[in-house]
Amino acid sequence: MSGNLHLLSLTPPGWGGVLLAGLFASLQLAVGGYLLGLVIGIGGAFGKLYGGPILRDLLEVYTTVIRAVPELVLILLLYYAGTDLINQLLALVGSPSVDISGLAAGIFVIGVVQGAYATEVLRGAIRAIPSGQVEAARAYGMSAVLALRRVTLPAMLPYAIPGLANLWMIATKDTALLAVVGFSELTLATRQAAGSTKAYMTFYLAAGVLYLMVTLVSNVIIALIERRARRGMPQTV
Amino acid sequence: MSDGLSGLPLYVPPKPRSLLEPHRLLLMAVFAGIILCAILFMRWDWLPTYGPRLLYGVWQTLVMLFWTASIGFLLAVPIGLVQVTGPRPLAWLARIFCTIIRGTPLLLQLWLLYYGLGSVFAQYPELRSSFLWPTLRQAWPYGFTALMISFAAYEGEVMRGAFAGVPRGELEAARAFGMSRWTAFRRIWLPRALHRALPTLAGETVLQLKSTPLVATITVIDVYAVISKVRQDTYLTYEPLLLLALIYLCLTAVLVVVFRYLESRIPTREA
Repeated sequence: MSGNLHLLSLTPPGWGGVLLAGLFASLQLAVGGYLLGLVIGIGGAFGKLYGGPILRDLLEVYTTVIRAVPELVLILLLYYAGTDLINQLLALVGSPSVDISGLAAGIFVIGVVQGAYATEVLRGAIRAIPSGQVEAARAYGMSAVLALRRVTLPAMLPYAIPGLANLWMIATKDTALLAVVGFSELTLATRQAAGSTKAYMTFYLAAGVLYLMVTLVSNVIIALIERRARRGMPQTV
Repeated sequence: MSDGLSGLPLYVPPKPRSLLEPHRLLLMAVFAGIILCAILFMRWDWLPTYGPRLLYGVWQTLVMLFWTASIGFLLAVPIGLVQVTGPRPLAWLARIFCTIIRGTPLLLQLWLLYYGLGSVFAQYPELRSSFLWPTLRQAWPYGFTALMISFAAYEGEVMRGAFAGVPRGELEAARAFGMSRWTAFRRIWLPRALHRALPTLAGETVLQLKSTPLVATITVIDVYAVISKVRQDTYLTYEPLLLLALIYLCLTAVLVVVFRYLESRIPTREA
Protein backbone atom coordinates (compact mmCIF):
# COMPACT_ATOMS: atom_id res chain seq x y z
CA MET A 1 0.00 0.00 0.00
CA SER A 2 2.90 2.37 0.71
CA GLY A 3 3.93 1.86 -2.90
CA ASN A 4 0.69 3.52 -3.92
CA LEU A 5 1.41 6.84 -2.24
CA HIS A 6 2.57 8.39 -5.52
CA LEU A 7 -1.02 8.03 -6.70
CA LEU A 8 -1.94 10.75 -4.20
CA SER A 9 0.33 13.38 -5.75
CA LEU A 10 -1.43 16.55 -6.83
CA THR A 11 -0.36 16.52 -10.49
CA PRO A 12 -2.30 14.44 -13.04
CA PRO A 13 -0.68 11.03 -12.84
CA GLY A 14 -1.71 11.22 -9.19
CA TRP A 15 -5.30 11.74 -8.06
CA GLY A 16 -4.61 14.11 -5.16
CA GLY A 17 -5.92 17.11 -7.09
CA VAL A 18 -9.18 15.30 -7.85
CA LEU A 19 -9.62 14.45 -4.18
CA LEU A 20 -8.97 18.04 -3.11
CA ALA A 21 -11.46 19.32 -5.70
CA GLY A 22 -13.94 16.81 -4.26
CA LEU A 23 -13.23 18.07 -0.76
CA PHE A 24 -13.81 21.64 -1.92
CA ALA A 25 -17.16 20.63 -3.46
CA SER A 26 -18.12 18.83 -0.24
CA LEU A 27 -17.28 21.90 1.84
CA GLN A 28 -19.28 24.16 -0.47
CA LEU A 29 -22.25 21.81 -0.12
CA ALA A 30 -21.89 21.62 3.63
CA VAL A 31 -21.54 25.37 4.17
CA GLY A 32 -24.35 26.24 1.75
CA GLY A 33 -26.70 23.58 3.07
CA TYR A 34 -25.92 24.47 6.66
CA LEU A 35 -26.61 28.19 6.14
CA LEU A 36 -29.85 27.44 4.29
CA GLY A 37 -30.77 25.06 7.10
CA LEU A 38 -30.11 27.79 9.68
CA VAL A 39 -32.38 30.23 7.84
CA ILE A 40 -35.14 27.61 7.62
CA GLY A 41 -34.50 26.69 11.24
CA ILE A 42 -34.85 30.25 12.53
CA GLY A 43 -38.06 30.70 10.55
CA GLY A 44 -39.32 27.29 11.64
CA ALA A 45 -38.51 27.85 15.31
CA PHE A 46 -40.31 31.21 15.39
CA GLY A 47 -43.20 29.74 13.45
CA LYS A 48 -43.50 26.88 15.93
CA LEU A 49 -43.29 29.20 18.95
CA TYR A 50 -45.30 32.22 17.83
CA GLY A 51 -47.17 31.10 14.71
CA GLY A 52 -50.85 30.36 14.32
CA PRO A 53 -52.27 26.88 14.85
CA ILE A 54 -52.17 25.89 11.17
CA LEU A 55 -48.57 27.03 10.72
CA ARG A 56 -47.56 25.14 13.85
CA ASP A 57 -49.17 21.92 12.69
CA LEU A 58 -47.62 22.21 9.24
CA LEU A 59 -44.18 22.79 10.75
CA GLU A 60 -44.73 19.79 13.03
CA VAL A 61 -45.46 17.65 9.98
CA TYR A 62 -42.34 19.01 8.24
CA THR A 63 -39.98 18.29 11.13
CA THR A 64 -41.51 14.88 11.88
CA VAL A 65 -41.43 13.62 8.30
CA ILE A 66 -37.92 14.90 7.56
CA ARG A 67 -36.55 13.41 10.75
CA ALA A 68 -38.25 10.05 10.26
CA VAL A 69 -37.24 9.35 6.65
CA PRO A 70 -33.64 8.37 5.81
CA GLU A 71 -31.51 11.18 4.40
CA LEU A 72 -30.64 8.99 1.43
CA VAL A 73 -34.32 8.67 0.45
CA LEU A 74 -34.93 12.39 1.01
CA ILE A 75 -31.94 13.27 -1.12
CA LEU A 76 -33.20 11.09 -3.97
CA LEU A 77 -36.72 12.53 -3.66
CA LEU A 78 -35.76 16.18 -3.30
CA TYR A 79 -32.90 16.05 -5.79
CA TYR A 80 -35.14 14.80 -8.57
CA ALA A 81 -38.37 16.40 -7.41
CA GLY A 82 -36.73 19.78 -6.76
CA THR A 83 -35.14 20.10 -10.18
CA ASP A 84 -38.25 18.67 -11.85
CA LEU A 85 -40.52 21.11 -10.04
CA ILE A 86 -38.47 24.16 -11.02
CA ASN A 87 -38.46 23.09 -14.65
CA GLN A 88 -42.21 22.50 -14.62
CA LEU A 89 -42.77 25.92 -13.08
CA LEU A 90 -40.56 27.43 -15.77
CA ALA A 91 -42.55 25.57 -18.41
CA LEU A 92 -45.76 27.04 -16.96
CA VAL A 93 -44.34 30.54 -17.24
CA GLY A 94 -43.24 29.71 -20.75
CA SER A 95 -39.50 30.01 -20.36
CA PRO A 96 -37.21 27.21 -21.54
CA SER A 97 -36.10 24.64 -19.01
CA VAL A 98 -32.78 25.18 -17.32
CA ASP A 99 -30.13 22.75 -16.22
CA ILE A 100 -29.99 23.14 -12.48
CA SER A 101 -26.46 22.69 -11.26
CA GLY A 102 -25.83 19.72 -9.02
CA LEU A 103 -24.37 22.07 -6.44
CA ALA A 104 -27.53 24.18 -6.16
CA ALA A 105 -29.74 21.09 -5.97
CA GLY A 106 -27.42 19.54 -3.39
CA ILE A 107 -27.41 22.67 -1.23
CA PHE A 108 -31.20 22.76 -1.43
CA VAL A 109 -31.48 19.12 -0.35
CA ILE A 110 -29.02 19.40 2.55
CA GLY A 111 -30.64 22.69 3.59
CA VAL A 112 -34.15 21.24 3.75
CA VAL A 113 -32.93 18.27 5.82
CA GLN A 114 -30.84 20.46 8.13
CA GLY A 115 -33.72 22.92 8.47
CA ALA A 116 -35.89 20.35 10.22
CA TYR A 117 -33.23 19.54 12.80
CA ALA A 118 -32.24 23.22 13.19
CA THR A 119 -35.89 24.12 13.86
CA GLU A 120 -35.95 21.80 16.87
CA VAL A 121 -32.53 22.92 18.17
CA LEU A 122 -33.37 26.63 17.90
CA ARG A 123 -36.84 26.19 19.34
CA GLY A 124 -35.35 24.61 22.43
CA ALA A 125 -32.73 27.34 22.67
CA ILE A 126 -35.28 30.16 22.39
CA ARG A 127 -37.40 28.52 25.07
CA ALA A 128 -34.35 28.48 27.35
CA ILE A 129 -33.93 32.28 27.31
CA PRO A 130 -35.20 33.76 30.57
CA SER A 131 -38.46 35.41 29.54
CA GLY A 132 -37.55 38.58 31.44
CA GLN A 133 -34.89 39.42 28.86
CA VAL A 134 -37.35 39.46 25.96
CA GLU A 135 -39.89 41.34 28.05
CA ALA A 136 -37.24 43.92 28.95
CA ALA A 137 -36.47 44.41 25.27
CA ARG A 138 -40.17 44.91 24.64
CA ALA A 139 -40.41 47.34 27.57
CA TYR A 140 -37.64 49.43 25.98
CA GLY A 141 -39.90 49.78 22.97
CA MET A 142 -37.84 47.68 20.55
CA SER A 143 -39.69 46.49 17.49
CA ALA A 144 -40.05 42.74 16.99
CA VAL A 145 -37.22 42.57 14.45
CA LEU A 146 -34.93 44.69 16.61
CA ALA A 147 -35.62 42.59 19.69
CA LEU A 148 -34.97 39.47 17.63
CA ARG A 149 -31.67 40.80 16.34
CA ARG A 150 -30.43 42.41 19.56
CA VAL A 151 -31.79 40.12 22.28
CA THR A 152 -33.38 36.84 21.25
CA LEU A 153 -30.80 35.61 18.73
CA PRO A 154 -27.66 36.53 20.75
CA ALA A 155 -29.21 35.32 24.01
CA MET A 156 -30.19 31.92 22.64
CA LEU A 157 -26.76 31.34 21.05
CA PRO A 158 -25.08 29.72 24.08
CA TYR A 159 -27.97 27.28 24.42
CA ALA A 160 -28.06 26.53 20.70
CA ILE A 161 -24.36 26.11 19.98
CA PRO A 162 -23.93 22.47 21.10
CA GLY A 163 -26.89 21.42 18.95
CA LEU A 164 -25.83 23.59 16.03
CA ALA A 165 -22.27 22.24 16.22
CA ASN A 166 -23.69 18.74 16.04
CA LEU A 167 -25.72 19.75 12.99
CA TRP A 168 -22.60 21.09 11.27
CA MET A 169 -20.92 17.72 11.78
CA ILE A 170 -23.98 15.97 10.36
CA ALA A 171 -23.99 18.37 7.40
CA THR A 172 -20.36 17.62 6.51
CA LYS A 173 -21.05 13.91 6.65
CA ASP A 174 -24.39 14.08 4.82
CA THR A 175 -22.65 15.59 1.79
CA ALA A 176 -21.22 12.11 1.20
CA LEU A 177 -24.74 10.86 0.43
CA LEU A 178 -24.86 13.04 -2.69
CA ALA A 179 -22.36 10.58 -4.17
CA VAL A 180 -25.37 8.29 -4.66
CA VAL A 181 -27.08 10.78 -7.02
CA GLY A 182 -23.83 11.24 -8.91
CA PHE A 183 -22.68 14.59 -7.57
CA SER A 184 -18.90 14.56 -7.67
CA GLU A 185 -17.97 15.41 -4.09
CA LEU A 186 -15.18 13.85 -2.05
CA THR A 187 -16.67 10.37 -1.62
CA LEU A 188 -17.57 9.94 -5.30
CA ALA A 189 -14.21 11.39 -6.42
CA THR A 190 -12.55 8.86 -4.13
CA ARG A 191 -14.57 6.04 -5.60
CA GLN A 192 -13.65 7.06 -9.14
CA ALA A 193 -9.98 7.39 -8.25
CA ALA A 194 -9.99 4.04 -6.46
CA GLY A 195 -11.88 2.35 -9.28
CA SER A 196 -9.52 3.47 -12.02
CA THR A 197 -6.28 2.78 -10.13
CA LYS A 198 -7.42 -0.31 -8.18
CA ALA A 199 -5.68 1.18 -5.11
CA TYR A 200 -8.86 1.03 -3.04
CA MET A 201 -7.33 1.12 0.42
CA THR A 202 -5.03 4.07 -0.34
CA PHE A 203 -7.77 6.33 -1.62
CA TYR A 204 -10.47 5.45 0.90
CA LEU A 205 -8.03 5.94 3.77
CA ALA A 206 -6.88 9.26 2.28
CA ALA A 207 -10.48 10.45 1.99
CA GLY A 208 -11.10 9.32 5.56
CA VAL A 209 -8.16 11.44 6.71
CA LEU A 210 -9.53 14.46 4.81
CA TYR A 211 -12.98 14.09 6.40
CA LEU A 212 -11.39 13.61 9.80
CA MET A 213 -9.35 16.76 9.38
CA VAL A 214 -12.50 18.72 8.56
CA THR A 215 -14.07 17.37 11.75
CA LEU A 216 -11.06 18.12 13.94
CA VAL A 217 -10.60 21.65 12.58
CA SER A 218 -14.34 22.25 13.03
CA ASN A 219 -14.07 21.07 16.63
CA VAL A 220 -11.37 23.66 17.38
CA ILE A 221 -13.33 26.48 15.73
CA ILE A 222 -16.56 25.46 17.48
CA ALA A 223 -14.78 25.49 20.85
CA LEU A 224 -13.60 29.06 20.14
CA ILE A 225 -17.08 30.20 19.08
CA GLU A 226 -18.66 28.57 22.11
CA ARG A 227 -16.21 30.29 24.45
CA ARG A 228 -17.07 33.63 22.88
CA ALA A 229 -20.83 33.01 22.97
CA ARG A 230 -20.71 31.91 26.59
CA ARG A 231 -18.69 34.89 27.84
CA GLY A 232 -20.46 36.51 30.73
CA MET A 233 -22.30 33.33 31.60
CA PRO A 234 -21.61 31.21 34.69
CA GLN A 235 -18.61 28.96 34.09
CA THR A 236 -19.94 25.73 35.50
CA VAL A 237 -21.95 23.59 33.19
CA MET B 1 -49.01 44.42 27.95
CA SER B 2 -51.01 43.34 24.95
CA ASP B 3 -49.47 41.48 22.06
CA GLY B 4 -50.74 43.66 19.30
CA LEU B 5 -49.17 46.85 20.64
CA SER B 6 -45.66 45.64 21.34
CA GLY B 7 -45.27 43.86 18.04
CA LEU B 8 -43.57 40.86 19.59
CA PRO B 9 -46.20 38.30 20.44
CA LEU B 10 -46.01 36.50 23.75
CA TYR B 11 -45.15 32.84 23.73
CA VAL B 12 -48.46 31.01 23.85
CA PRO B 13 -48.10 27.61 25.46
CA PRO B 14 -49.78 24.93 23.40
CA LYS B 15 -53.27 24.10 24.54
CA PRO B 16 -54.08 20.54 25.52
CA ARG B 17 -53.82 18.73 22.23
CA SER B 18 -56.90 17.46 20.57
CA LEU B 19 -57.02 15.97 17.10
CA LEU B 20 -60.51 17.30 16.53
CA GLU B 21 -59.86 21.05 16.56
CA PRO B 22 -61.42 22.67 13.51
CA HIS B 23 -58.16 23.63 11.81
CA ARG B 24 -56.82 20.12 12.30
CA LEU B 25 -59.91 18.61 10.70
CA LEU B 26 -59.35 20.94 7.75
CA LEU B 27 -55.67 20.00 7.48
CA MET B 28 -56.54 16.32 7.69
CA ALA B 29 -59.07 16.75 4.91
CA VAL B 30 -56.45 18.49 2.76
CA PHE B 31 -53.90 15.72 3.40
CA ALA B 32 -56.50 13.03 2.71
CA GLY B 33 -57.23 14.81 -0.57
CA ILE B 34 -53.54 14.84 -1.50
CA ILE B 35 -53.21 11.13 -0.68
CA LEU B 36 -56.36 10.33 -2.66
CA CYS B 37 -54.97 12.25 -5.65
CA ALA B 38 -51.70 10.33 -5.31
CA ILE B 39 -53.59 7.03 -5.28
CA LEU B 40 -55.82 7.95 -8.21
CA PHE B 41 -53.45 9.78 -10.51
CA MET B 42 -50.14 8.02 -9.97
CA ARG B 43 -49.17 4.57 -11.15
CA TRP B 44 -49.36 1.83 -8.56
CA ASP B 45 -49.94 -1.20 -10.80
CA TRP B 46 -46.44 -2.49 -10.01
CA LEU B 47 -47.34 -3.01 -6.36
CA PRO B 48 -48.82 -6.55 -6.60
CA THR B 49 -45.82 -7.78 -8.61
CA TYR B 50 -43.26 -6.47 -6.16
CA GLY B 51 -45.28 -6.83 -2.94
CA PRO B 52 -43.64 -10.05 -1.65
CA ARG B 53 -40.17 -8.74 -2.47
CA LEU B 54 -40.94 -5.49 -0.65
CA LEU B 55 -42.01 -7.40 2.44
CA TYR B 56 -38.81 -9.44 2.24
CA GLY B 57 -36.85 -6.18 1.97
CA VAL B 58 -38.55 -4.69 5.02
CA TRP B 59 -37.77 -7.88 6.92
CA GLN B 60 -34.10 -7.70 5.87
CA THR B 61 -33.92 -4.06 6.97
CA LEU B 62 -35.38 -4.92 10.37
CA VAL B 63 -33.06 -7.92 10.82
CA MET B 64 -30.08 -5.74 9.92
CA LEU B 65 -31.24 -3.03 12.32
CA PHE B 66 -31.86 -5.42 15.20
CA TRP B 67 -28.58 -7.29 15.03
CA THR B 68 -26.31 -4.34 14.29
CA ALA B 69 -27.93 -2.31 17.08
CA SER B 70 -27.80 -5.20 19.59
CA ILE B 71 -24.18 -6.18 18.96
CA GLY B 72 -23.16 -2.54 18.54
CA PHE B 73 -24.69 -1.76 21.89
CA LEU B 74 -22.87 -4.66 23.56
CA LEU B 75 -19.64 -3.17 22.20
CA ALA B 76 -20.67 0.33 23.28
CA VAL B 77 -20.90 -0.58 26.98
CA PRO B 78 -17.18 -1.37 27.39
CA ILE B 79 -16.26 1.52 25.05
CA GLY B 80 -18.17 3.92 27.26
CA LEU B 81 -16.99 2.33 30.50
CA VAL B 82 -13.24 2.43 29.79
CA GLN B 83 -13.52 6.12 28.97
CA VAL B 84 -14.90 6.77 32.45
CA THR B 85 -12.90 4.42 34.69
CA GLY B 86 -10.55 2.46 32.45
CA PRO B 87 -6.76 2.68 32.36
CA ARG B 88 -5.39 5.62 30.36
CA PRO B 89 -4.27 3.76 27.21
CA LEU B 90 -7.60 1.96 26.88
CA ALA B 91 -9.51 5.19 27.44
CA TRP B 92 -7.47 6.91 24.74
CA LEU B 93 -7.98 4.02 22.35
CA ALA B 94 -11.72 4.18 22.90
CA ARG B 95 -11.74 7.94 22.43
CA ILE B 96 -9.70 7.73 19.20
CA PHE B 97 -12.03 5.01 17.91
CA CYS B 98 -15.10 7.15 18.61
CA THR B 99 -13.54 10.27 17.05
CA ILE B 100 -12.52 8.50 13.86
CA ILE B 101 -15.82 6.71 13.33
CA ARG B 102 -17.91 9.74 14.22
CA GLY B 103 -15.71 12.04 12.16
CA THR B 104 -16.08 10.28 8.81
CA PRO B 105 -19.20 9.54 6.76
CA LEU B 106 -20.72 6.08 7.11
CA LEU B 107 -20.90 5.75 3.33
CA LEU B 108 -17.12 6.16 3.12
CA GLN B 109 -16.57 3.59 5.91
CA LEU B 110 -18.88 1.19 4.11
CA TRP B 111 -17.05 1.53 0.82
CA LEU B 112 -13.68 1.38 2.58
CA LEU B 113 -14.65 -1.97 4.12
CA TYR B 114 -16.32 -3.43 1.04
CA TYR B 115 -14.04 -2.25 -1.77
CA GLY B 116 -10.86 -1.62 0.22
CA LEU B 117 -10.80 -4.54 2.63
CA GLY B 118 -12.45 -6.75 0.04
CA SER B 119 -9.65 -6.10 -2.43
CA VAL B 120 -7.01 -6.68 0.25
CA PHE B 121 -8.61 -9.98 1.26
CA ALA B 122 -8.67 -11.12 -2.34
CA GLN B 123 -4.87 -10.88 -2.51
CA TYR B 124 -4.34 -13.69 -0.03
CA PRO B 125 -4.66 -17.15 -1.59
CA GLU B 126 -4.77 -18.77 1.88
CA LEU B 127 -7.90 -16.76 2.65
CA ARG B 128 -9.43 -17.51 -0.73
CA SER B 129 -9.15 -21.24 -0.16
CA SER B 130 -10.31 -21.11 3.47
CA PHE B 131 -13.82 -21.92 4.66
CA LEU B 132 -14.41 -18.22 5.37
CA TRP B 133 -14.19 -17.17 1.74
CA PRO B 134 -17.79 -17.96 0.69
CA THR B 135 -18.91 -15.61 3.45
CA LEU B 136 -16.30 -12.94 2.79
CA ARG B 137 -17.19 -12.85 -0.89
CA GLN B 138 -20.68 -11.67 -0.10
CA ALA B 139 -21.56 -8.06 0.61
CA TRP B 140 -23.56 -8.37 3.81
CA PRO B 141 -20.68 -9.07 6.25
CA TYR B 142 -19.15 -5.74 5.25
CA GLY B 143 -22.43 -3.85 5.53
CA PHE B 144 -23.13 -5.51 8.85
CA THR B 145 -19.67 -4.67 10.22
CA ALA B 146 -19.83 -1.03 9.09
CA LEU B 147 -23.27 -0.48 10.63
CA MET B 148 -22.28 -2.26 13.83
CA ILE B 149 -19.05 -0.27 14.28
CA SER B 150 -20.86 2.98 13.59
CA PHE B 151 -23.56 2.21 16.17
CA ALA B 152 -20.92 1.15 18.71
CA ALA B 153 -19.04 4.44 18.29
CA TYR B 154 -22.07 6.74 18.54
CA GLU B 155 -23.57 4.74 21.38
CA GLY B 156 -20.20 4.46 23.14
CA GLU B 157 -20.17 8.23 23.40
CA VAL B 158 -23.72 8.18 24.82
CA MET B 159 -22.82 5.47 27.33
CA ARG B 160 -19.74 7.42 28.41
CA GLY B 161 -21.99 10.33 29.34
CA ALA B 162 -24.50 8.00 31.00
CA PHE B 163 -21.87 6.22 33.10
CA ALA B 164 -20.30 9.52 34.12
CA GLY B 165 -23.71 10.94 35.03
CA VAL B 166 -24.62 8.34 37.65
CA PRO B 167 -24.21 10.08 41.05
CA ARG B 168 -21.05 8.96 42.82
CA GLY B 169 -22.95 8.54 46.09
CA GLU B 170 -24.99 5.65 44.66
CA LEU B 171 -21.82 3.79 43.67
CA GLU B 172 -20.24 4.51 47.04
CA ALA B 173 -23.37 3.26 48.77
CA ALA B 174 -23.21 0.05 46.76
CA ARG B 175 -19.58 -0.45 47.76
CA ALA B 176 -20.46 0.35 51.39
CA PHE B 177 -23.04 -2.42 51.28
CA GLY B 178 -20.14 -4.75 50.59
CA MET B 179 -20.90 -5.35 46.91
CA SER B 180 -17.89 -6.31 44.85
CA ARG B 181 -16.99 -3.96 42.00
CA TRP B 182 -18.59 -6.33 39.49
CA THR B 183 -21.81 -6.69 41.50
CA ALA B 184 -22.01 -2.94 42.01
CA PHE B 185 -21.56 -2.49 38.26
CA ARG B 186 -24.17 -5.11 37.41
CA ARG B 187 -26.75 -4.07 39.99
CA ILE B 188 -26.32 -0.30 40.25
CA TRP B 189 -24.06 1.36 37.71
CA LEU B 190 -25.22 -0.32 34.49
CA PRO B 191 -28.98 -0.19 35.18
CA ARG B 192 -28.80 3.45 36.28
CA ALA B 193 -26.71 4.38 33.23
CA LEU B 194 -29.10 2.48 30.94
CA HIS B 195 -32.01 4.34 32.45
CA ARG B 196 -30.32 7.67 31.75
CA ALA B 197 -29.32 6.63 28.23
CA LEU B 198 -32.66 5.17 27.14
CA PRO B 199 -34.17 8.33 25.57
CA THR B 200 -30.94 8.97 23.64
CA LEU B 201 -30.78 5.29 22.74
CA ALA B 202 -34.21 5.59 21.15
CA GLY B 203 -33.02 8.49 19.01
CA GLU B 204 -29.83 6.68 18.05
CA THR B 205 -31.77 3.59 17.02
CA VAL B 206 -33.95 5.69 14.73
CA LEU B 207 -30.75 7.17 13.25
CA GLN B 208 -29.45 3.63 12.78
CA LEU B 209 -32.66 2.66 10.96
CA LYS B 210 -32.11 5.63 8.68
CA SER B 211 -28.53 4.48 8.01
CA THR B 212 -29.51 0.97 6.92
CA PRO B 213 -30.42 1.90 3.29
CA LEU B 214 -26.75 2.79 2.73
CA VAL B 215 -25.91 -0.92 2.60
CA ALA B 216 -27.90 -1.09 -0.63
CA THR B 217 -25.02 0.79 -2.30
CA ILE B 218 -22.85 -2.30 -1.83
CA THR B 219 -25.51 -4.64 -3.26
CA VAL B 220 -27.02 -5.88 0.02
CA ILE B 221 -30.73 -6.46 -0.53
CA ASP B 222 -32.91 -4.41 1.81
CA VAL B 223 -36.15 -2.51 1.26
CA TYR B 224 -34.26 0.36 -0.36
CA ALA B 225 -32.62 -2.01 -2.82
CA VAL B 226 -36.00 -3.51 -3.74
CA ILE B 227 -37.36 -0.02 -4.41
CA SER B 228 -34.31 0.78 -6.55
CA LYS B 229 -35.06 -2.35 -8.56
CA VAL B 230 -38.66 -1.19 -9.02
CA ARG B 231 -37.44 2.19 -10.23
CA GLN B 232 -35.12 0.57 -12.74
CA ASP B 233 -37.77 -1.80 -14.04
CA THR B 234 -40.69 0.61 -14.30
CA TYR B 235 -38.91 3.92 -15.02
CA LEU B 236 -41.04 5.57 -12.33
CA THR B 237 -39.32 8.30 -10.33
CA TYR B 238 -41.66 9.36 -7.58
CA GLU B 239 -44.10 6.57 -6.76
CA PRO B 240 -41.58 4.02 -5.44
CA LEU B 241 -39.68 6.69 -3.50
CA LEU B 242 -42.87 8.02 -1.91
CA LEU B 243 -43.84 4.50 -0.88
CA LEU B 244 -40.33 4.02 0.53
CA ALA B 245 -40.64 7.23 2.55
CA LEU B 246 -43.99 5.99 3.87
CA ILE B 247 -42.49 2.63 4.84
CA TYR B 248 -39.68 4.33 6.76
CA LEU B 249 -42.18 6.66 8.45
CA CYS B 250 -44.11 3.63 9.70
CA LEU B 251 -40.95 1.82 10.83
CA THR B 252 -39.81 4.92 12.73
CA ALA B 253 -43.21 5.25 14.36
CA VAL B 254 -43.06 1.61 15.48
CA LEU B 255 -39.57 2.11 16.92
CA VAL B 256 -40.65 5.23 18.80
CA VAL B 257 -43.66 3.41 20.27
CA VAL B 258 -41.53 0.41 21.30
CA PHE B 259 -39.00 2.64 23.07
CA ARG B 260 -41.71 4.68 24.76
CA TYR B 261 -43.13 1.41 26.10
CA LEU B 262 -39.69 0.36 27.34
CA GLU B 263 -39.21 3.73 29.04
CA SER B 264 -42.60 3.46 30.72
CA ARG B 265 -41.59 0.07 32.12
CA ILE B 266 -38.85 1.68 34.19
CA PRO B 267 -40.29 3.12 37.39
CA THR B 268 -39.19 6.69 38.09
CA ARG B 269 -39.90 8.75 41.14
CA GLU B 270 -40.54 11.88 39.09
CA ALA B 271 -43.34 10.26 37.16
